Amino acid sequence: MKFIETLINGLSMGSTYAMIALGYTMVYGIAKMLNFAHGDIIMVGGYMIFVTMAATGNPILGLLAAVIFCAALGVTIEKVAYKPLRGASPLAVLITAIGVSYLLQSIAQIIFGTAPKMVNIADLGNLSFAGITVPVYTLVTLGCSMVIMIILSLFVKFTRTGRAMIAVSEDKGAAQLMGINVNKIIMITFAIGSVLAAFAGLFMLMKSPSLTNTLGAMPGIKAFTAAVIGGIGSIPGAMLGGLLMGVVEAISLTIPEIAPYTDAIEFITLIIILLVRPTGILGKKRREKV
Amino acid sequence: MANLKSIKWKYYINYIIVGLFTILFAALSLTGMLKSSDVYLLEKISISVMLAVSLSMVVGFLGELSLGHAGFMCVGAYLGGKASVLLESALGEVPALVVSILIGGLVAALFGVIIGLPALRLRGDYLAIVTLAFGEIVRSIFMNSSDESFGGSLGLDTPRFDKKYLFIISLVLVLCCLAITQNLIRSKHGRAITSIRDNEIAARATGINVTKYKLIVFTVSSFFAGVAGVLYSYSNYTVQSSNFDYNYSIEILVMVVLGGMGSINGSIIAATLITLLNVELQTILTGNLAVLKDLFYALILIILVIYNNAPVFKTFRDKYNLKNLLNRFKAHNPSAVKDDEAKWDRVPTKIQMDEVLSVDFQTSSPYTPDKSEKGDE
Amino acid sequence: MSDIVLKTENLGISFGGLKAVQELNLEIKKGQLYGLVGPNGAGKTTVFNMITGVYKPTTGKFWLDGENLTGKSQEAINHKGIARTFQNIRLFNNMTVIRNVMVGLHNQPEFKCGVLASIFRLPWHFKTEKAMREKAKKILEIVGLLDERNNLSCNLPYGKQRKLEIARALATNPKLLCLDEPAAGMNPHETEDLMSIVRHIRDKFDVTILLIEHDMKFVSGLCDEITVLNFGTVLAQGSPEVALNDPEVIKAYIGG
Repeated sequence: MKFIETLINGLSMGSTYAMIALGYTMVYGIAKMLNFAHGDIIMVGGYMIFVTMAATGNPILGLLAAVIFCAALGVTIEKVAYKPLRGASPLAVLITAIGVSYLLQSIAQIIFGTAPKMVNIADLGNLSFAGITVPVYTLVTLGCSMVIMIILSLFVKFTRTGRAMIAVSEDKGAAQLMGINVNKIIMITFAIGSVLAAFAGLFMLMKSPSLTNTLGAMPGIKAFTAAVIGGIGSIPGAMLGGLLMGVVEAISLTIPEIAPYTDAIEFITLIIILLVRPTGILGKKRREKV
Repeated sequence: MANLKSIKWKYYINYIIVGLFTILFAALSLTGMLKSSDVYLLEKISISVMLAVSLSMVVGFLGELSLGHAGFMCVGAYLGGKASVLLESALGEVPALVVSILIGGLVAALFGVIIGLPALRLRGDYLAIVTLAFGEIVRSIFMNSSDESFGGSLGLDTPRFDKKYLFIISLVLVLCCLAITQNLIRSKHGRAITSIRDNEIAARATGINVTKYKLIVFTVSSFFAGVAGVLYSYSNYTVQSSNFDYNYSIEILVMVVLGGMGSINGSIIAATLITLLNVELQTILTGNLAVLKDLFYALILIILVIYNNAPVFKTFRDKYNLKNLLNRFKAHNPSAVKDDEAKWDRVPTKIQMDEVLSVDFQTSSPYTPDKSEKGDE
Repeated sequence: MSDIVLKTENLGISFGGLKAVQELNLEIKKGQLYGLVGPNGAGKTTVFNMITGVYKPTTGKFWLDGENLTGKSQEAINHKGIARTFQNIRLFNNMTVIRNVMVGLHNQPEFKCGVLASIFRLPWHFKTEKAMREKAKKILEIVGLLDERNNLSCNLPYGKQRKLEIARALATNPKLLCLDEPAAGMNPHETEDLMSIVRHIRDKFDVTILLIEHDMKFVSGLCDEITVLNFGTVLAQGSPEVALNDPEVIKAYIGG
């Protein structure tokens, strides 16, 4: 029973990671860049929820505000900081993304200070069923994120925009020649990634209400790791990697001897998986033409 | 052969400048003219320079992205620090420092070999995340160590060394690091390393032992990261694992990238300026303004990178850059500008972040090799 | 020792279900200029990739000078004496021309110099560097690139980049030099020039040359013997006159 509780906890945590990892992986697939500022969008979403809830007390409104603001922010960052560097060295883009990450953190610190803010979304209590007791928020997180991920998969598979996204990630030049507006697709990708990050922000605040300007830093890195475990650029890979990461974390946290080393264990998982499969679980290995 | 003389000068100019600074500051320090804040700044700069130069071997010359340089530094800081604590009473101050620097460097080098091994299998972003993971694993292990071994979350206190001399030792070690890195890069082995960066498949087909050179670069690079770690532990009197998180690795990477890929001198200058900027912003912005430090740092970083790399600004950059300014002074002597000199500016860099996904990035940002590298005749 | 330099037996590779090359049997004699021809997608470059260790053959074996090299790494095969150029030029773009050739000289026994010797700048480091530079200049002279030696390789025109690749491969002192479409993208004058260089290399160095080429004039004017491939299988083998007039070959080229 304990194991099932742990598993549900892990899947809930993992689905949050998966949501963030999707942002990383989609941006990587389409813009071919590591968006290091992605984790900080979560934090911005968290503060939007905090501000809206302080004004209205309604978490749904808070989520809505966070989603809209994060999408706008993601698109703006892309336009201002990354678009001028399209065609420049990938390392330059990486460094800019890091700069944006610092920028967001420091702006949040200037506005809200360093002391953690408490955001009590809603007390949902625990649910007991057949000897298993889990907090309700884990089920909400798990359910919501599953629905979102299914919608996203359908969107990518069956809509024009979604298929255009796949085309751009396969070959930007060819997609452009086929009449796809690459700039628009990249913009949409950033918007979607940021919306997912806003949801992840909500889920994280449901788990622990303390909000600081580094809220997104560690989950961001872990989600990035999850995306790589799944095979960066692959959407199902990001989901799988995220869930795996969450389950490993939950199991590790329940064993007192190794609980302090949880972060290390997650990263060791990554290294082991990459040594076995150098391009991640679902990553495609493309041979360079010689 | 006629311009052999000028080439030799270019070749040694960075040693000479660092050496002169060392002597100058040593003299100032011994006559008591340096404030403790200046000494602190010099220690920080020499640590940064050593880290940037050693990382530039991996990133700029081997062409692999490492996000875990602080991890190697962390290993060096803890093991060197522990060694100095254990040895100080037995050996005395100075021998303990020397031995602990060696121990810190060698253990970090050993980890470099361990991390170099997956580097043979992984490429680009995948290797980057593994190095990042390594840094975090190391940090987590030291953070959870017992109080007796490495001080756990409280950190490890290290012996105090006379601040008057410590920075001189640091600067001398920077010179050693510079000499070893530069001699390695400017040799047949350096050519082999750069050929792996430029085209790994062609390098293999030309018979370059890629495995050997990747391991050598990771080993030497992490050795100096370890040495820098030991200096850090001496400089701060204490080692805190929280200081060596991935943000620190990234800060070192920023120095290397801003300095120009494959330019040791660029790394030195960028490391010095960024460290100065960091420390100066900290001292200028006090009290309520302290929060602005990160903001300024981030803005300067973004603007610099966009200005230096954006294709849009290319014509502007070509028109107003430092090199042109210098050339204007040299203009009365046309022979001073050799034609191959101009061409270095227009080299497209092709850094393959991820060969597995065969992402080719053609960039307009110039690869700026060391000037002294080009004098063949 | 027999005078056969490269021998392949039933060499073949398949990618998934696709048999890219099958049952390739070659015997290349010492000092020969051997041509590998065939339409696009016939598997010529794949053959090169197998005998230089980029791909591991799924069937068959190959020998260089009687030594089985099947399944060896690219580096090891190069050390044993097979060097190659690439169809899509792969130079070390951020290095000067002379440095490209010096990388090729890296493993030659006469230029041995340990890493530590270089780091500590021991006397033989300087001696090796100087000797390598002299040797590289000689090789560049043969392909006619001596005057370009201090230019960056990426700034060279296309034809010269191809020549530089040959020079770099030659610097590894191969027994077998594999040239992948050396004349691609060259004008008739440059092709003529290249033909004389290839002949010169064969005569001056103790080297056997295997080349892939589309230009039939080039092949028939240069090669002693050729193998025609189509869809991964051998259509004809023999002297250029015989092989190129084979009805199967004409059918494959002209279609129908």
